[in-house]
Amino acid sequence: MTVALSGEETAKKIAEQFSGAVIEASDQAILVKSDSLSEIAKYLKDTPEFNFDYLVHISAVDYLDYFELVYQLASLEHNHSLVIKTRCYDRENAAVPSIVSIWRAADFQEREIYDLMGISFTGHPNLKRIVLWDGYKGHPLRKDFL
Amino acid sequence: MTLKTEPFVLNIGPVHPSTHGVFRMRATLDGEVILDIEPIFGYLHRGVEKLAEERTYTGIIPLTDRLDYLASMTNNFAYCLAVERLAGISVPERAEYIRVIIAELQRIASHLIAVGAFLNDCGAFFTPFLYMFREREKIVDLFEMVSGQRLLYNYMRIGGFNEDIPDEFLPALAKFTQQMPGFIEEYEQLLAKNEILQFRAKGVGILPREMAINISASGPVLRASGVKWDIRKADPYSVYDRFEFDIPTGTVGDCYDRYRVRVEEMRQSLRIINQAMEQIPSGPVKSEVPHLIRPPIGEVYARIEAPKGELGFYLVSDNSIAPYRCHVRAPSLINLTALRDMMRGWKVADAILIFGSIDITMGEVDR
Amino acid sequence: MILNPSFNLSYHQQTLPPDWPGGFWWHWLVFTLIIIVFFLAMVMGYIWLERRGMARMQARLGPNRCGPFGLLQPVADAIKVLLKENIVPVKADKLVHWLAPLVTFIPALLIFAVVPFGDGAVLADLDIGILFVVAISSISTVGIFMAGWGSSNKYSLLSAMRAAASVVSYEVPVILAIAGVVLIAGSLSLNDIVQAQSVPFILLQPLGFLIFFISGCAEINRSPFDLMEADSELVAGFHTEYSGMKFAMFYLAEYAEALAISAIITTLFLRGWKGPVLPPWLWFVIKVMVVFFVMVWTRATFPRVRIDQLMALAWKFLLPLALINLFITAIEVLTWPEALPWVLILVNIAIMVVLVLLWSKFFKLGWGRVEV
Repeated sequence: MTVALSGEETAKKIAEQFSGAVIEASDQAILVKSDSLSEIAKYLKDTPEFNFDYLVHISAVDYLDYFELVYQLASLEHNHSLVIKTRCYDRENAAVPSIVSIWRAADFQEREIYDLMGISFTGHPNLKRIVLWDGYKGHPLRKDFL
Repeated sequence: MTLKTEPFVLNIGPVHPSTHGVFRMRATLDGEVILDIEPIFGYLHRGVEKLAEERTYTGIIPLTDRLDYLASMTNNFAYCLAVERLAGISVPERAEYIRVIIAELQRIASHLIAVGAFLNDCGAFFTPFLYMFREREKIVDLFEMVSGQRLLYNYMRIGGFNEDIPDEFLPALAKFTQQMPGFIEEYEQLLAKNEILQFRAKGVGILPREMAINISASGPVLRASGVKWDIRKADPYSVYDRFEFDIPTGTVGDCYDRYRVRVEEMRQSLRIINQAMEQIPSGPVKSEVPHLIRPPIGEVYARIEAPKGELGFYLVSDNSIAPYRCHVRAPSLINLTALRDMMRGWKVADAILIFGSIDITMGEVDR
Repeated sequence: MILNPSFNLSYHQQTLPPDWPGGFWWHWLVFTLIIIVFFLAMVMGYIWLERRGMARMQARLGPNRCGPFGLLQPVADAIKVLLKENIVPVKADKLVHWLAPLVTFIPALLIFAVVPFGDGAVLADLDIGILFVVAISSISTVGIFMAGWGSSNKYSLLSAMRAAASVVSYEVPVILAIAGVVLIAGSLSLNDIVQAQSVPFILLQPLGFLIFFISGCAEINRSPFDLMEADSELVAGFHTEYSGMKFAMFYLAEYAEALAISAIITTLFLRGWKGPVLPPWLWFVIKVMVVFFVMVWTRATFPRVRIDQLMALAWKFLLPLALINLFITAIEVLTWPEALPWVLILVNIAIMVVLVLLWSKFFKLGWGRVEV
């Protein structure tokens, strides 16, 4: 059975390494600052006790004040999972660091979020539209699109 | 003195007899050798996630059918599982067993098409494809008995099913599970040790183990690369923890291993169906669920082992009759991430073969 | 004895048949008509046999609407294809594009000038018959290459290159397999080869038959070597850009070449027109149909090989086997000319089994991945 790691305990361990990165931690998820996202991701992947080598999926939700990115991580060896969230408050030029260099699975998923939600990922090697055609104006999945 | 060559760009275009659905690959070739390949898709984008925000929870079920249109039942299953976890609805025992039987039947049907299309890409000119379609007809007849439809079933509901299975379903299913192992043996006899298939598929399009985990491959693609990860065993949902079955894995991660893993999975699915048919209880098939479901505020991510890989639904609810956000974790899209690395250095003929062995459905990739 | 090299040296001194009344021109006219009628009827029969035979092997029915058992289906196909619009791509090389179907089709028809339908019933009993066949059959490759080039389409060009490479590679085992038969028969003329077969050469030259069959299938681009028109890879290969009557010519040419190779196999290995009760031409038709049925059977069963595997099969597998076969046949003809037939048959079959098993152990196909 996949054990969902408790958000509070993991948040304490992350806060020891990267102070000030964790904004909020609940049982379900850990909310972190978007600047320290890639370092936290690398820490979670490389530490043997966590060993989060599998990125299950990335989602983006449009709560009208902010965008929230949800990263679900899993470890195949220990069979536990964790949810990391980060928020982006700027609607015009939303930008979040990319984690493609850590998990290549993020490649197509980040492109899709850029395409449909308009959040750019800094450091992504090929940030082009993926499901819509290149000249499309607007980002359909936003709540204020239609 | 070396020969001076010049690479050229070939567009293996969206409309092609062999790309499964509308998928475009821009290949840079040097003679017959592929130097670079760029996948371009989005031709089948229908905006399912945006449409889901305007429909009721029950009204999204037909939308989920059309994601992986060759395996509709498992799409419905994943979605209903997610909503039930979000709203805290429990499903009666009989409905769980029927769901497992139907999901495994759907897995066999989907793998029949996958293996048939793979062999068709190898060039076996439809003979194995048509033999496998003959078996798929039997499965589709069973599904028609249950839901009235042959391809996009819209059968599962949140909380179970609307109607119980008809009386003639279980005897027909018993007859099918008796005949099917013989048919799988027939395919094995013709194809498993076939020299030409081995020459074409062994060692071609290798996906190494570390890369498979890094790109979050799932399903037969991951298992063929040597990772023993199956959600039915690792994170059991429904009543899968009551059945005994094995997880076939490959060693190398080439096209031949993916083909073998799918054939073995068909055998294991038959095992599960036989056990489920013995254990199935009687009782109601739907729990008391209101017509317009309003789950409490929250979010959930639920996943199942679909035939193509790990199919997951991420639902966010704001206590209204439609979800606030419905995101589909599509296995076919994520399995495609390593396409370029699998294809570089091989020839055009192998490109089609490697693409066919990953087994994608464009409905899922583009949504 | 069957291995007597000077068996009928006197027979082929004359090019006229033994008792023909009208002389040279009547002979030519009658046989041209016979060949054309035979050819068209057989090609129609081939198309029907392929579609119906393959369909039954694939657990489906096949054409059954036009005429009883779908026998008029090829006629329906011909009428349909004649009524289609003739589209020429704008950037195509017009003359080359127009000539290519002709250059592909005509050599297949020319081969029948030397194939005997009965005792002496052949349009031109050339004393270099089989050499003529080999020379003419290579011309259709030029037509395929013209089609690929003249279409100004990258897919067609790729396929034409593959075709040219493969035909050139497979000519060598074909010629060596034929050389084995010629050694035993003692003559290059096809009529003499048929006359010399009191025991069919398929039993005396089993390895030669296998090599010829495989190389013949490869030359005419039939499965499992049909990469030229690989539907699932390059749409339709070199005839992608053809429609209407020109496409009909390519379609006919494919079956015409199959017919030609079947006719040559029948003549060289299966005793041609010889047979007990029925008239000779009927035996010929039956044998040709049986050979084609085996070709349809292999098409429905095997997957396709890749181009580099195709070339490796020709050069590394078939060529050494053909050379060894020729060597052994030459030794038998020289040192053992009075041997009894059945002894030779057993010896040859044993040699074939041993060689094929041994060679397939050492044989590696294809180079695999190229570093980019």
